[in-house]
Amino acid sequence: MTWPILSLVTFLPLIGALLIMVMVQGNGPLAKGTARWVAMWTTLVTFAISLVMVVRFDPSTADFQFVEKLPWLGVAAYHMGVDGISLPFVILTTALMPICILASWTSIQKRVKEYMIAFLVLETLMIGTFSALDLVLFYLFFEGGLIPMFLIIGVWGGQRRVYASFKFFLYTLAGSVLMLLAIMAMYWEAGTTDIPALMKHGFPLGMQKWAWLAFFASFAVKMPMWPVHTWLPDAHVEAPTAGSVILAAILLKMGGYGFLRFSIPMFPAASHDFAPLIFTMSVIAIIYTSLVALMQEDVKKLIAYSSVAHMGFVTMGIFAGTTQGIAGGIFQMISHGIVSGALFLCVGVVYDRMHTREIAFYGGLVNRMPVYAAIFMVFTMANVGLPGTSGFVGEFLTLIGTFKNNIAVAFFATFGVILSAGYALWLYRKMVFGTLKPAVAHITDIGWREGVIFAPLVVLTILFGVAPKPVLDMSAASVTQLLDGYNKAVAKLEAPKTAALKTDLPIVIPVSVPQ
Amino acid sequence: MTAHLQPLMPVLPELILAFGAMLMLMIGVCIVQSERSASIVNAWCVAILVAVAWVLLMYVPAGRTELFGGSFVVDDFARFLKVLTVIGSGGALLLSFNYLNDIKQQKFEYGVLFLLSTLGMMMLISANDLIALYLGLELMSLPLYVVAASNRDSIRSTEAGLKYFVLGALSSGMLLYGASLIYGFTGTVNFAGIAKATSHGATLGLIFGLVFLFVGFCFKISAVPFHMWTPDVYEGSPTPVTAFFAAAPKVAGMAIFVRATVVAFPGITHDWQQIVVFVSIASMVLGAFAAIGQKNIKRLLAYSSIGHMGFALVGLAAGTQEGVQGVLIYMSIYVVMTLGTFACVLSMRRDGMLVENISDLAGLARTQPGMAFFLAMLLFSLAGIPPLAGFFAKFYVFLAAIKAGLYVLAVIGVLASVVGAYYYLTIVKIMYFDEPAKSFQDMPGLLRLVLAITGLINILFFAYPGPLLGAATAAAKSLF
Repeated sequence: MTWPILSLVTFLPLIGALLIMVMVQGNGPLAKGTARWVAMWTTLVTFAISLVMVVRFDPSTADFQFVEKLPWLGVAAYHMGVDGISLPFVILTTALMPICILASWTSIQKRVKEYMIAFLVLETLMIGTFSALDLVLFYLFFEGGLIPMFLIIGVWGGQRRVYASFKFFLYTLAGSVLMLLAIMAMYWEAGTTDIPALMKHGFPLGMQKWAWLAFFASFAVKMPMWPVHTWLPDAHVEAPTAGSVILAAILLKMGGYGFLRFSIPMFPAASHDFAPLIFTMSVIAIIYTSLVALMQEDVKKLIAYSSVAHMGFVTMGIFAGTTQGIAGGIFQMISHGIVSGALFLCVGVVYDRMHTREIAFYGGLVNRMPVYAAIFMVFTMANVGLPGTSGFVGEFLTLIGTFKNNIAVAFFATFGVILSAGYALWLYRKMVFGTLKPAVAHITDIGWREGVIFAPLVVLTILFGVAPKPVLDMSAASVTQLLDGYNKAVAKLEAPKTAALKTDLPIVIPVSVPQ
Repeated sequence: MTAHLQPLMPVLPELILAFGAMLMLMIGVCIVQSERSASIVNAWCVAILVAVAWVLLMYVPAGRTELFGGSFVVDDFARFLKVLTVIGSGGALLLSFNYLNDIKQQKFEYGVLFLLSTLGMMMLISANDLIALYLGLELMSLPLYVVAASNRDSIRSTEAGLKYFVLGALSSGMLLYGASLIYGFTGTVNFAGIAKATSHGATLGLIFGLVFLFVGFCFKISAVPFHMWTPDVYEGSPTPVTAFFAAAPKVAGMAIFVRATVVAFPGITHDWQQIVVFVSIASMVLGAFAAIGQKNIKRLLAYSSIGHMGFALVGLAAGTQEGVQGVLIYMSIYVVMTLGTFACVLSMRRDGMLVENISDLAGLARTQPGMAFFLAMLLFSLAGIPPLAGFFAKFYVFLAAIKAGLYVLAVIGVLASVVGAYYYLTIVKIMYFDEPAKSFQDMPGLLRLVLAITGLINILFFAYPGPLLGAATAAAKSLF
C-alpha cells in the first residue's frame, strides 16, 4: 500500500494542532516557544511533503492524481485528488503557512497557543478545499474555514475587529448556503456529489442557470467581486498580519478556484450566458476599486482594494473562455497570492514597529530602512504589473485572453493597469521617499527573521516574472481539457441558433430585397 | 411463565420504567429521610433509564409489532426515538444533581417524575391510535408541569409551572377536539384506519380536525405560532428542568407529529404539507430574529429551540422517507447539542448560584478555556457550520426538501440559518473577544462528563457518521 500522500498533507497540520493542544500547558515563555516551534515544524514538514507531490505530479495528463476514495456519508464519499488547477493552490497554501507562522513569531504575544492552533486548523481546511473531489466534502472544508478565520480576526485583530469578523462570517455564510442548496439539487439530478462525475454529467440548461447563480453567490462573495466586496477591506484592516496574508493569498483564491472547478465545467452553458455579467462586474471592480484605492489613508485598506481590482482581472480572464484567459487567471491568482501576501507582510513590518497603518504617518523610510525599501519596491512593482515580475504575466495573459473575445472589456480593464500604477507608486512615494518624518526617525531596518520571510517571496516574484513556465505547464493539460468541455457545450448551445438562422435565411432575404 | 410473557417483550422497556418509577416512589416515601438518600434515589432513576436504553437496544425484537389491539406499535422508528428520548431524559437528570444540591432541593420525587414523564414519551412515540396518543401525551405532560414548578420557593418557577399547565391544558383540549373531529369524520381512531378513510381526499371537517390536532403537536414541540409559552417557561423553570424540556419532550412530540401525519394522513399529504411548511418557515424565521435581542441565555436558547423545531419540520414538510430520515438525524443531533449547551449553562455558577446573563460569559476563553472551546463548538454547531454535527442535521433535512421540490422553503430556511448564526456568534464573541468577567466556579465533574461526551460527539461526528445514518435510514423506512 502506498502512502495516502494527499490526506497526509491535508491532515498533518491538524495533527500538529492536536499536538499543541496536548503538549502546551500554561502561558509562560516556554509554552509560547513550544507552540511556535511545533507550528513551525508542522508547516515545514507539510510543505516538504507537498513538494514531493510536485515531483511526482504528472503534468501531461488532465486526470486527477493522488486520488483517494473512501465511503463516508452515503450521499457523499471521502474523495480527494488534485489536478493541474488545484495543485498550484495546494502548494501556495503549504508554502505560505511557514511564512505566516514566522511572521507572527514576535508580533503575537497573547494566547499564542490558540493562535497557532487556529492557523494549523485553517491550513487543513484550506488544503482540503482545494483537493476535495466531492461537493459535500468541498463544502465542509470551504465553510469550516470560517470558524478559525472568524476567531483569528476577532481575537487577535485591531480596533474594530468584532465588526470585521462578524461581517466576514455572515457575508460568506450567506453566499455559501445558497450554494449548498444547489449542491443538493445537483445531487438529486445526477445522483452523486462526486466532482469528476458531475463534470461529465451535463445538466439541463434551466437548472444550470439557477445552480450557476447559487454557486456564483458564494464565490463572488469569497472572491470578492464588486459589489459584495465590502467585507474584505474591513477584514483585512482588522486582521493580524498573518491573517491578512492568508486571507489575501489563499482564501480569496477559493472563489476563483470554485469558478474553475465548478461553474465552468459543470455549467458551461450558463457560464457562457452569464459571461457578460461577470465582465461588467469585473470591469467595474477593476476601475472603481482602483479609484477607491487611490483615496485610502490606511495602508492595509489600500492593498485590500487593490486586491479586489486584481481579482477583477482573474474573473474576467476565467470567463473569457480562452486558454490564455484561464491560464492567466490561474497565474494571476498564484502571483497575487505571493505579491499581496508579501505586501501585507511589508505593512506588518512597519506596523510591528510603529503600531499604525496610517500612510501619512510614514515618510522617508528609505533613509532608515534601505533593505526594506528595496523589498517593498519589488512587490510594489509586481503589484503594478511591471514586466519582469510575476504580476505582469497574469495581467497580460488575462487581458490577451479577453481581447480575443471581447475588445471593449479588455479596453476598459486596461485602465486598471494604469490606475494600479497610480495608487501603488503613490503609496510607495509617500511612505518610502521624501524627507524622513520625525516620528519614524528611529525606526530600524528589517532583521534576519524578516529577511528569511521575504527572501523566498522576492525570489519567486521575480522568477515567475521571467520564467512563468513551471506554473503554466503544471496546469496546461487541465486547462486544455476544461476549455474543450466548455467549447463543446457552447457549440452545442449555439448549434440550434445557427441552424435556425440558416433555415430562416431564404425567408428573410426576399423580404428585405424588394426596395 | 416466560412463554406468557413473550408477547410482552416489545413493551419490556415501558414495563421496566413503570415498575421502576413505582418502586422508586415507594422507596422514596418509606425510606428516604435526607437529601443524601434522595440523591441516591435519583441516581437509581438514572440507572433505570440506562437499563431501559440497554433493553431497547438489545432485547426489544426487531421488526414491527402491534400490541393491545393495534393501539401500540413497536417498530424501528419507535425504537430509534425511544433510545433518543431516554438519552435526553437521562442526560437531563444527570445534569440535575449539582443544581439540586446547590439549591438544597434534592428530592426523590424529582427523579420519579422524570421517569413517569419519560414513560409517557415512550407511549407517545409508540402510539398507533388517537386514544393511545392522548394518553401518552398527558402522561408525558403532567409530570412536566410539576417539575417546572419544582423549585417551589421561587416565584418564577411556580409561575412557569402554572403557565405551562394552563397553556398545556388548552392545547390538550384543542388536540382532543381535533381527535374527536377526525374520529367523527373517519369513524376510526386507528392510524391505519384513518389512512384508509382519507385515501381519496378529505372532507372539510376532517381538515378542521387535522388542524386542531396539529395545534396540539405544535404546542408540544414549541413551533410557531404556538410557541409563546417557551421563553417564559424556559426562563422560569429550574435550569436542569429546562434542559429536560428542551431535549426529551421535543423528541417525543416530533415523533408523534411525524408518525401521525405520515402514517395516518398519507392520502392528503398536500393538505397537511402546506400547514407544516408554514409552521416550519414561521418557526425558523421567528427563532432567528427573536433570539437576537435576548440577554438571558435561557431565553435565547428557548428561541433557538423554536428555530430548531422549524428546521426539523423542514424534513417533515417533504413528507418523504428522506424527509423523515432527516428529522430523525436532526433530532438526534439536536438532543446532543442541547444537553451539551445546558451542561455549560449549568456551569455558570458564582458563589453557588447560577447566573443566566449572556454577558456573564465574557472572556470565558481565558478563565475556562476548555469549557469555552466546547461551548463555542456547540454554538457553531447549532448555527449549522460544517464540519460540526449541526451541519449534517441541517444538510439532511434540506436535502429532502430539495428533492420534494420545496425550493422556497429551503431558501428561506438557509437564510434564516444565516440570521440565526448571528446570535450564536454573538455568544462566541462574548466568550472569546471580550475582556474576562469574574470567573465561574469550577465545573462539577458530572457536568464536565456530559459536556465532554456531547462536545466530542459534536466535533467528531463527521469522522464516523455511519451508525447514526444507518439507524435513521432503517427507522425512517419502517414508516413507509
